[in-house]
Amino acid sequence: MTFLGLLFYILAAVTVAATAVAITRRNMVHAVVYLIVSFFGTAMIFYFFGAPLLAALEVIIYAGAIMVLFLFVVMMVKVDSPGEDLLPARQWIPAAVFGLIYLVIAFLMIFETRGADAPLGLLIASPRDFALYVLQNHWFSIEVISLLLLLALIGALQLGKSQTKPGTGDET
Amino acid sequence: MMLNWLAGFLVLIIKLTVVLFFLLFVAAYLVWVERKFLARLQIRYGPNRAGKFGLLQPLADVVKMLTKEDTVPDGADKAFFLIAPAIVATTAFVMFAVVPFGSDLTLFGRKIPMVVTDLNIGLLFVFALSSLGVYGVALGGWASNSKYGLLGGIRGAAQMISYELSLGLSLIPIIMLAHSFSIVDIVDAQASYPFIVVQPVAFIIFMISAMAESKRIPFDLPEAENELVAGYHTEYSGMRFGLFFLGEYVNMMVFGGIVSVLFLGGWRGPFLPSFLWLFIKILLVALFMIWVRGTLPRLRYDQLMTIGWKVLIPVALLNILATAAVGVMIH
Repeated sequence: MTFLGLLFYILAAVTVAATAVAITRRNMVHAVVYLIVSFFGTAMIFYFFGAPLLAALEVIIYAGAIMVLFLFVVMMVKVDSPGEDLLPARQWIPAAVFGLIYLVIAFLMIFETRGADAPLGLLIASPRDFALYVLQNHWFSIEVISLLLLLALIGALQLGKSQTKPGTGDET
Repeated sequence: MMLNWLAGFLVLIIKLTVVLFFLLFVAAYLVWVERKFLARLQIRYGPNRAGKFGLLQPLADVVKMLTKEDTVPDGADKAFFLIAPAIVATTAFVMFAVVPFGSDLTLFGRKIPMVVTDLNIGLLFVFALSSLGVYGVALGGWASNSKYGLLGGIRGAAQMISYELSLGLSLIPIIMLAHSFSIVDIVDAQASYPFIVVQPVAFIIFMISAMAESKRIPFDLPEAENELVAGYHTEYSGMRFGLFFLGEYVNMMVFGGIVSVLFLGGWRGPFLPSFLWLFIKILLVALFMIWVRGTLPRLRYDQLMTIGWKVLIPVALLNILATAAVGVMIH
């Protein structure tokens, strides 16, 4: 195993472990923090694969913005931690079945992938190349996504507005 | 090969040491400068007992903080409580790694770039770290198990994610002009004129957002003394409080450095050596921030949010459109 390969496995292990810890915490704030650690690990793996731009965006958007919103909501709203059982018994069976299906497919995919024994090298794709590729080949999807986000923004604004109708005296 | 690698490693360590020492030293004296300047603005003397002109005051403060008891309140989330100040200080320090502080130096026939690391995503690196700095504030406030701390942490999180947007949007025109995310390239692009000449609107938006990000008056709602005691660091004592404090001043210097390299031409300037020019520019930005602190009252919370979302972000978006239009017309 090369040095970079070793680093990759360490990062991957930390990321998976942090995610596993995140979904089993009863304290919501702890769960959020472990999820941030997991996103951070993902960002470093992106950097390894030669996508520094993607790594930076992963940290800025997921670890830095979305998780702050999560933390914000968890801190604002007092969330009752679930009781003794993390999942009610009748939800265990479907969860276990679906989890098992994913696990089997993931293993099959890993063993079937060709070229998995190729050594891992350090690559760099400059932000310019990345942007040119994405905007030249996938401009339509980008426009659709941006339109979707704009709609979501307007929808959120509308939801926020209808809470305080003029004249109810709520807005001061 | 091995020797080359070793030399590179040595140069990196030396650069790290110099930059860290410089940041710590100047941050400590920035506290002194702020207290003196603020005092003068308010017709007071400021610190004048420890040493001549109170010049030894930062040293006395460090001794005081290090020797004070480090208390952890009852019912606090101990691990997060202990780690939160370190998050604030570390993210502030690491941000400076991508700021170039001088023209290339040639030593023994090797060209040594005067920057800790020239990332091709330098600007995004700064944003990534500044967005992580929020966690120190939010988690510190939450882990204190105190209502003032919690309210301060929530306010800090809300304020910092709001102003991060205008901070980021205000810099897109700069990236469009320089054609690069790398801060070294951005400084090189300002060889003929600094970007403040062509992007005054972006400069103003960035300055306001940077002041909000570093939580200074008039944006110091997360630590508003008259309602929240001290906000998110109410329960902190000793050097852990010191780390929050240090983080704020290092943040001031880092933002000063970023304003200098993005808008004021970085280390470029006539006559004086290049690193001195950068230092002068950082100091001017810091003095401006102190001046603002001495002049303006604190905003109300709704005013804070209105300025961020309804003024700065739309203006920043319009500025991007205008820059793009002018760019298309010229080429």
